[in-house]
Amino acid sequence: MSYTEQHKPKKKPVGLAILFGIISLALYAALLARQDMLNAHFAQGGMSAFLPIITAFIFSYFHGTFTGHFWTILGVEASKKKKEVK
Amino acid sequence: MHDLAQAAANFINLDAATIIYLFLVGFVGGLVSGFIGSGGAFVLTPGMMSLGVPGLVAVASNMCHKFPKALVGALKRAKYGQVDVKLGIALGISAEAGVLYGAHIQESIKKAFGDAGSNLYVSISFVVVLGVVGIFVLRDAWKTYKSGNMHAEEKITKIARWVQSVNIPGTMVYFKSLDARISILFTIPLGFATGILAATIAVGGFVGVPSMIYVLGAPSLMASATELVIAFVMGLGGSFKYALHGMVDIRLAMIILGGSLFGIQLGAMGTTYVKPFMIKVVMGLIMVIVLFSRALMVPVYLSQLGLITQLTEQTTKILKSTSFAIMIFALALGAFIVLKAMWQGRRAEQLEHKETLAHVEI
Repeated sequence: MSYTEQHKPKKKPVGLAILFGIISLALYAALLARQDMLNAHFAQGGMSAFLPIITAFIFSYFHGTFTGHFWTILGVEASKKKKEVK
Repeated sequence: MHDLAQAAANFINLDAATIIYLFLVGFVGGLVSGFIGSGGAFVLTPGMMSLGVPGLVAVASNMCHKFPKALVGALKRAKYGQVDVKLGIALGISAEAGVLYGAHIQESIKKAFGDAGSNLYVSISFVVVLGVVGIFVLRDAWKTYKSGNMHAEEKITKIARWVQSVNIPGTMVYFKSLDARISILFTIPLGFATGILAATIAVGGFVGVPSMIYVLGAPSLMASATELVIAFVMGLGGSFKYALHGMVDIRLAMIILGGSLFGIQLGAMGTTYVKPFMIKVVMGLIMVIVLFSRALMVPVYLSQLGLITQLTEQTTKILKSTSFAIMIFALALGAFIVLKAMWQGRRAEQLEHKETLAHVEI
């Protein structure tokens, strides 16, 4: 494979970024719109302790995937030189 | 626990300015964490408290943003081959025990000496630990820089060589970051100390990362990436503990997470552009600057405890604001160095790519 073929620009994940961005935005909108109800439930303690933990995992999955794609679309990516540290 | 439940019911009202502030501090904190494996919490917790959030809710909410952030950062850096999951989990488990013990010490001090006593203990821990470890890390980075061998593979210390040479049958485990088998027993005190520090000053990584580098012999990049696994394990357990008492303000945690997930991706990518000694530079600088910030607060707490002459309200106010400003400066400087190093690395790579292309076309 030639040098130019190896370094062809990859297709940017615009569709995925939009999808995860919308989900992420919806999660934040719901969080702020329903904050009183959420606070009342989440601050009960006891078994409700699982609620903030589950919420954090859900947000980190959708928003984390979105932010990853966001930087890729902007062209900010890891160095192509150092993929592995030994 | 009744007073805790009352504090939890006292969640603050959020306006647009507060949301933007938390998002931005989260972003900068995430950027630094993605790069050195920890950091940000020392600004976030007092930052939230300055908005009127009760101390325990601030600590709990910070912790609840920390573990999902660390998870995303660890997954990102695992793609670059920088994470040693086994070492992270081993240290994370003993760190969890350290967190519980550290919290117990905190509670005992608070009971005996009140808020000022507890704050004094936290500030002195900051000054002592950051003074010793921060200066050591910075000195090491400076020596590497002066030697001109910044590209050379990092040498392991004498103590790490000794740790790797000790053979205790039945406890030996191979860790890929060390490329050696060491006794799992060595990870216990290191993880425990990381946990105690996390429970005391909220940034366990200031002990966790240097101990992996200097005591176990891990490369800087792997140590800082593996710290994210420790932060995940510690943060998950800690968040659950606080959530059991209803202390987590999920809105604060998720807003900070919103900013920090943008930052942590950048910080993680930044590690692929820099020379490994830059991890030590950023970590050492932040530690030493934060040390000054906390040292400024020592007279305030000594005065509150009546151990020195009473400070005027004006002096206390000036010391508090200067201390907070220095902490923000430490975080901002760390973020600036990461972004600058990343920018330069990217430019150099793009230039090299263009030159190679031109050469290929000729």
